[in-house]
Amino acid sequence: MERTTLDLWVGIFVVAGIAALVMLAMKVGNLSTYNVSETYQVHAYFDNIGGLKPKASIKSAGVLVGRVTEITLDSTTYKAKVTMSLDKRYQFPKDTFANINTAGLLGEQYIGLNPGGDTENLAPNGEIKRTQSAMVLEDLIGKFIYSKAEEPAK
Amino acid sequence: MPVARTLRGIGRRTIDAVWRIGLATRFFAQILLYSGNSFRRFHLIVRELFSTGVMSLIIIVVAGLFVGMVLGLQGYETLKRYGSESALGVMVALGLVRELGPVVAALLFASRAGSAMTAEIGLMKATEQISAMEMMAVNPIARIVAPRFWAGVISMPLLAALFSAMGVFGGYFVGVVQIGVDEGSFWSQMQAAVDFRHDVMNGVLKSFVFGTVVTIIALFEGYDAPPTAEGVSGATTRTVVTSSLAILMLDFILTAMMFGGS
Repeated sequence: MERTTLDLWVGIFVVAGIAALVMLAMKVGNLSTYNVSETYQVHAYFDNIGGLKPKASIKSAGVLVGRVTEITLDSTTYKAKVTMSLDKRYQFPKDTFANINTAGLLGEQYIGLNPGGDTENLAPNGEIKRTQSAMVLEDLIGKFIYSKAEEPAK
Repeated sequence: MPVARTLRGIGRRTIDAVWRIGLATRFFAQILLYSGNSFRRFHLIVRELFSTGVMSLIIIVVAGLFVGMVLGLQGYETLKRYGSESALGVMVALGLVRELGPVVAALLFASRAGSAMTAEIGLMKATEQISAMEMMAVNPIARIVAPRFWAGVISMPLLAALFSAMGVFGGYFVGVVQIGVDEGSFWSQMQAAVDFRHDVMNGVLKSFVFGTVVTIIALFEGYDAPPTAEGVSGATTRTVVTSSLAILMLDFILTAMMFGGS
């Protein structure tokens, strides 16, 4: 085969391979939604985080505003300390309410932020004081069964 | 003594195996040593890229499309039971990017390009072309083997990426176009679940390792083949068998290192 056609075909091959890789990165993966904007850290203490994992999303009014960066257990209070990085563009009042929600009935868990009415905003490395733990399905079922048992038999 | 004979047989096989591993390692080291030469004459690599990469395009693209379509069908059947058909995109994409893309592409590559490499080099050896080169003071490793090695290493990740991309497209075709899964959730759930570094780049790394291993095995078997018709055919078979097994075993090890325990 002639040198130029050979080069052409190899060029097509390499470009197609790189295009496939870019497609995997952009369309299949999350590179296009990667946070390049600056972030600030806040943390919150929860009694029970359920199935929350690092890199879980943080949403306010359904909009993705940040991600969970670290989850540790505070050894003095035995509460879960969740560190999250929020997008600098979004500022939240000091009395923001953080609760762990579940996407769908059995879906993955995320943190929902409900802004309060305070005039001051959360400082970087600040703490979200008002939190609500994850809804644990087993506890709910347990409560339901107890409440059924307490009902007088008919 | 039959016991002594059996033991002697085991001993001989072990020594042979170690001997061959040692030879293959020296061969690998020599390839790396003479790679500089073949990068200076890049058109040699380009020609090999044509015969390993471009000629494997059709089989990779078609196989990827069909694997993706089967994944779409089977995944839909299973996910439907739990009412989570919208996670079809996640299943297809993760399965392809993490596992099926690199592994199946490497298996196809081993049987399509690896066997051809072994047969070519084995026949060159049988017809004494390699000895002729040595007589002309041309290093056969630098002239013949190293360009093929680099062509294999370069083309394998590209082929695996093409395989995965075509597979995702095949899953999209069956899931969204034919069955009617919601298109928005198909793509958005996929994007939410597939991480670029953790999933895509680890898949690329896997295919890079597979490419290296398959090419080394193919080249070594060819270079080491007895210079007879029987020898070349045996070496070609060994290439396919050994590299397929190596791919599957390495895949387990790599998966355990990349995704295990997290």
